[in-house]
Amino acid sequence: MQEIIEVDGLCKRFGSTTALDGMSFAVRAGRVTGLVGPNGAGKSTTMRVILGLDAADEGHALIGGRPYARLRAPLRHVGALLDAGALQPSRTARDHLLWLAHSQGLPAGRVDEVLDQVGMRPVARRKAGGFSLGMRQRLGIAAALLGDPPVLILDEPVNGLDPEGIVWMRHLLRSLADEGRAVLLSSHLMRELEGTADHLVVVGRGRVIADTGVTELIAAASRGRVTLRTPEPAAATPVLGRAGATVQPADQNTLVVTGLPAERIVAVLTAAAVPLSEVATHRATLEQAYMDLTGNAVEYRGAAR
Amino acid sequence: MSTVRRERESNAGVEFGRLLHAEWTKFRTVRGWVAATIAGVLVTVGLGLLSASGSHSSCGAGPVAVACPPPPTAPTGEAVNDKFYFSHRTLTGDGGITVRLTSMTGRIRKPSADAGERNVVSGVVPWAKAGVMIKESTRQGAPYAAVMMTGEHGVRMQYNFTHDLAGRHRDVSERSPLWLRLTRSGDTLTGFESADGRTWTRIGTASLTGLPRSVQIGMFATSPGDLTVTQGDLGGTIAAERFTETTGTFDRVTVTGNAPETWRDDDIGVTIGPDGAPHHPGRAVRSDGVVAVSGVGDIAPATEGLKGEAPLAGALTGLILVIVVAVMFITAEYRHDLIRTTLLAGPRRGRTLAAKALALGLVVFAVALPATTVTFVVGGRILRGNGNAVLPAPLLTQVRIVVGMAVLFALAAVLALAFGALLRRGIAAVITAIATIVVPHVVATTSILPDGAARWLLSVTPAAGFAVQQSIPEYPQVLAHYSPIAGFYPLPPLAGLAVLAAYAALAVGLAAFRLRRVDA
Repeated sequence: MQEIIEVDGLCKRFGSTTALDGMSFAVRAGRVTGLVGPNGAGKSTTMRVILGLDAADEGHALIGGRPYARLRAPLRHVGALLDAGALQPSRTARDHLLWLAHSQGLPAGRVDEVLDQVGMRPVARRKAGGFSLGMRQRLGIAAALLGDPPVLILDEPVNGLDPEGIVWMRHLLRSLADEGRAVLLSSHLMRELEGTADHLVVVGRGRVIADTGVTELIAAASRGRVTLRTPEPAAATPVLGRAGATVQPADQNTLVVTGLPAERIVAVLTAAAVPLSEVATHRATLEQAYMDLTGNAVEYRGAAR
Repeated sequence: MSTVRRERESNAGVEFGRLLHAEWTKFRTVRGWVAATIAGVLVTVGLGLLSASGSHSSCGAGPVAVACPPPPTAPTGEAVNDKFYFSHRTLTGDGGITVRLTSMTGRIRKPSADAGERNVVSGVVPWAKAGVMIKESTRQGAPYAAVMMTGEHGVRMQYNFTHDLAGRHRDVSERSPLWLRLTRSGDTLTGFESADGRTWTRIGTASLTGLPRSVQIGMFATSPGDLTVTQGDLGGTIAAERFTETTGTFDRVTVTGNAPETWRDDDIGVTIGPDGAPHHPGRAVRSDGVVAVSGVGDIAPATEGLKGEAPLAGALTGLILVIVVAVMFITAEYRHDLIRTTLLAGPRRGRTLAAKALALGLVVFAVALPATTVTFVVGGRILRGNGNAVLPAPLLTQVRIVVGMAVLFALAAVLALAFGALLRRGIAAVITAIATIVVPHVVATTSILPDGAARWLLSVTPAAGFAVQQSIPEYPQVLAHYSPIAGFYPLPPLAGLAVLAAYAALAVGLAAFRLRRVDA
């Protein structure tokens, strides 16, 4: 936990628009932290403030206790991928990494290592202007890894990748975190983070809505929801209500029951002689949990405009 | 404390070095930029050599054309005019000459309405000269020192063409004659003036190292052409010089030292006309101890003629290509959003921009220096090979010109880069750079503007930097048409370059200020 990102009370306005409104969270080493939220929630702005590209009106963002601009050879501390398209089209992949290496006092051999790591060695001497989005993403990852940094900040890294590329990226991020690095990645799609992120910072309207572990979030979203299939929903509803559960009809023969564990539901209905065909404990997807959290934020944003 | 600070400074140095290295790598890895930069300097060389090989001159000797004789040169290497009438004796060892100058008169030919009519009036031009001289020999360009009265600049002591010291007396007439004295003691020549021949005032001394034991001592007179500058009908100016002659009347001539009393008269440097007779000859008329010496010409550094920097004119075209590359070196980063990557690698923005500017400046300087050297040296050789009399310049001046022009390329590139950083748009920045660096020079050195406006442009715009290529300085003791079109800049060479450097520094500073303040 030597290198850690601390974001504390960031506020930033662009004209009349509030981009960041007290954004605060921390990123710990050794895990993948997903920064997730709808478009316009302030994810990219937060990353740019952390990286010293944008100045916050209030608050501060520190990396290992220091602002980005105070880091010596910053790419050895933080690797970042913001916009994979940011390349001089007439410069080759290798030369792009070479100038970055020179700027940090890294040897040219490091360039070949990261090119191998992202599988770009065969196209290293091709001009970046001819690269597909996927190749640019890989080159961007190579640039982020160049300084072997303990902290990685990646803005929508799987955007534009093909399924194979997505799997590759997940494995890479996982292994980077397992090596003890702090990985912060943003996405506006929760399902992109499923199976990758350990920790989530859910943002909306420029502030943190939830800062929680993935397991806890799913558990919280799923808590106490049981799907009950019964041929007599009308009989089942009052019985369960008397037992203290909340019942909502889902469709003709299905009820969603909350507030009562599955085994109690079975016991109560059996005692009341209400037939049932299926009782399933509901496990929420990350997407659903996210929708629960951000729905409000998105609606508000939509209404405000 | 100091150890910590030193460490921090050395860290900053290391960091700056890395950024510099990165910017150099950025530059060299875009083939188009490298190619355009090289094209820029090749254009400079190509146009320079082409114009040099197109310039021929020859001098007529009767019906045949022969190579022009090289102009006489001063002991210090400058081309000079050395044309005067000299009434002299040989002095061996130390000694001196004392004379009383009782009048200085002359004739000036003025423009005439009729082509056939000679409109000659009495008068003396400002730098007409009459006085005493000690000269190594009668060879043109030989070392000398002289004390003289001038047309409008009073008493002067001049030596070896470029040195000019002012005396006290302002004029001379028969009622208030003027005494002049020049003495030799070893290599030291000392000039004096006096109103009465008894009380003498020292004007100055000249040290003519290596002056032989025997020298020529006597009276001289000379008078440069009358310069008139008129406004041309289609802009620009027309300068014309017309014949003048001056006569100094001397009496009470005393020569001390070992100088046998044999006067010899020489019309030094007189032009021989097509008929074989001297053109505008001088003369010395003696009667009753009075000598009237009349002469035409001048003893002064030459300011007119083909100058060594002429082949460098192609630099203007080459510079445009360099400006385009310099602008793109930064605007491409904005266009492709690469500026963010650059600022992530070097978050101290001012330092990062400075590294970029320095890397560009060094690259352009390194490429431009061989180009300016080849253009100047080979171009000069071609010009001389074609029979042109090129005004020579001292070696240090030549070095200043080629290095200075390479520095001009580098500074212009840095200024263009700063325009690119400020405007962030390639075309706007290229136009701004060309409009401030190239256009003022083109406008000021072609017959478009009046002299005053042209000189003003070359003082206050970044184009002032072109002054660094001026090989022949303006001499206060030579009345000439010192106009930009004739290759004379209003500012001294290094001051002109400093103006360009100041603009570049200011623009980089503003760009850094803006870069630091604005979100990337």
